[in-house]
Amino acid sequence: MSEIPAELRYRDSHEWVRVEDDVAVVGITDHAQDSMGDLVFVEMPEVGVVFAAGDEAGVVESVKAASDIYAPVSGEVVAINEALEDEPELVNNEPYAGGWLFKIKMADSGELKEMLTADQYQEQIDSE
Amino acid sequence: MSNETTLIFQHSRPGRSATAQAPKPVSEDQLSAIPASLRRKNKPGLPEVGELEVVRHYTNLSTKNFAIDKQFYPLGSCTMKYNPRGANRAAMLPGFLNRHPLAPASHSQGYLACMYELQNFLKEVTGMKGVSLAPMAGAQGEFAGVAMIRAYHEARGDDARTEILIPEAAHGTNPATAVMCGYKVREVPVGKNGDVDLEALKEACGPQTAGLMMTNPSTCGVFERQIEAISKAVHDAGGLLYYDGANLNAILGKVRPGDMGFDVIHMNLHKTFATPHGGGGPGAGPVGVSQRLLDYLPTPMAGRDEESGGSSGEYHWIDTDTLPTSIGHLSAFMGNAGVLLRAYFYAMVLGRQGMIRVGEYSTLAANYLLKRLEAIGCQAAYPDRRASHEFILTFAKLAKDQHVTALDIAKRLLDYNQHAPTIYFPLLVPECFLIEPTETETKEAMDDFVDAMEQILNEAKTDPETVTEAPFTQPVRRLDEVKAAKELDLVWSE
Repeated sequence: MSEIPAELRYRDSHEWVRVEDDVAVVGITDHAQDSMGDLVFVEMPEVGVVFAAGDEAGVVESVKAASDIYAPVSGEVVAINEALEDEPELVNNEPYAGGWLFKIKMADSGELKEMLTADQYQEQIDSE
Repeated sequence: MSNETTLIFQHSRPGRSATAQAPKPVSEDQLSAIPASLRRKNKPGLPEVGELEVVRHYTNLSTKNFAIDKQFYPLGSCTMKYNPRGANRAAMLPGFLNRHPLAPASHSQGYLACMYELQNFLKEVTGMKGVSLAPMAGAQGEFAGVAMIRAYHEARGDDARTEILIPEAAHGTNPATAVMCGYKVREVPVGKNGDVDLEALKEACGPQTAGLMMTNPSTCGVFERQIEAISKAVHDAGGLLYYDGANLNAILGKVRPGDMGFDVIHMNLHKTFATPHGGGGPGAGPVGVSQRLLDYLPTPMAGRDEESGGSSGEYHWIDTDTLPTSIGHLSAFMGNAGVLLRAYFYAMVLGRQGMIRVGEYSTLAANYLLKRLEAIGCQAAYPDRRASHEFILTFAKLAKDQHVTALDIAKRLLDYNQHAPTIYFPLLVPECFLIEPTETETKEAMDDFVDAMEQILNEAKTDPETVTEAPFTQPVRRLDEVKAAKELDLVWSE
């Protein structure tokens, strides 16, 4: 059973968002890291880049596969988790804490309403 | 079999050497011609070993290979068929081997004749209007294909076409190729039965569509049944259709991409036409095109005098001086000559009837193996579909219930002296095996594989550690793949 914290919002492409004022902290879910397997590389966006929700924002690469990460909300990238450059395994070990990927200053917090709740995300992965 | 896993450096002893092939000693006079800044201060760190030790070391290593010459090799998507020794031998004839690539056409008539016939043969078997053998490998063939699509739109001043559509079940290289050629990729979903979602495709088509890249049969191991409707939708929108020849083996001699409406195709000769896969090369990735892309084919190509109005029957090179609209050269010469020759001889040995039997037997072998594996409890990813030349099993349930994964089963297969199939590809099927037996395997070889799989499935239930800890019989146990990817260490040091 993978962990799905109730206070976060999700995309069906397996990103999570934690809201800190007008900034969205973005990561990939426990389920996503588990199905990817051990990560060996994380390709991050550059700070200052502006994304529309759904844009490709980065890549996570494991021994099995490489998978795109999509910006779950629109806005400007204001920080990236530099620790992942040397320790991509943080995403495996603590996907919702030290394994966060990047932070986006949200252009439209209304987009959060379109995102999945923990229950809805659980339903989605059950149906996969 | 020796389980020696030492490196040649570990056999090194000061003063030992193999003199038979050693260079002659160099005098200080000769050395002085080399500027001091370019001369070594220290001796290179080469192993000091005798000739017999070298021979013995590498011969022992070679026996550790898992290879088509030793084992069943059902590596899905790769078409690991047997490469006939005869084709290899013919390509090694001194007349071919010693021909200089810059030799004039008049001195290369035999080689040019083979290449001209190979072009014609590939044209006929794919139903295309023209073929160029120039691409050095599959990836370059893909690049050439999409570059031609780009050249076609540009020549018509149609610069609004910025997108290439790619179904989820396409070969993994396709999106990379589209991006290399400056296009944006739009993914088209695939339904539960492995067919493209036609409605979603129609919605995605528009004036921004440069083309669609497709593998048919797809990476899901099933034939795309709506290909005519897909072809129409893309053409109606003004886009072109690209056929990835990765899975051409399944339809060889049966269905032709040209007849399905494709405008451009690349072929992996190392798959379908039995040239060696090598250690990542050299390859051959010829491209074929429909009428509308003929002017853009990459050069050089082999031409024949009669075709251009002459009567001598002589062969010549076609290059950008006579085909200025070509996308141009992809390398200094025309593809990898030796590989193209092997494909030519393979085609000549098989002939028309043989080609048809390739498609028939590769499909029959895959379907036989699929049915037998289903009978011992394996779960097919697309149980309602007939396999093409390959098929997908999913071990998602086993992974959930017994914590035995596709990777574990693949490792355990090595203990049964079976090369593991492709694992975790395509990405859209969890815990999967992609299995492709090819037409060159016997029923007995496939039955042995089924027996091994049956025993492994039993072990997964009764003694799962035998599977999750495998392999036990190989020179090395389970490798640390994460460390291998993150801390690649290829340089020997004491």
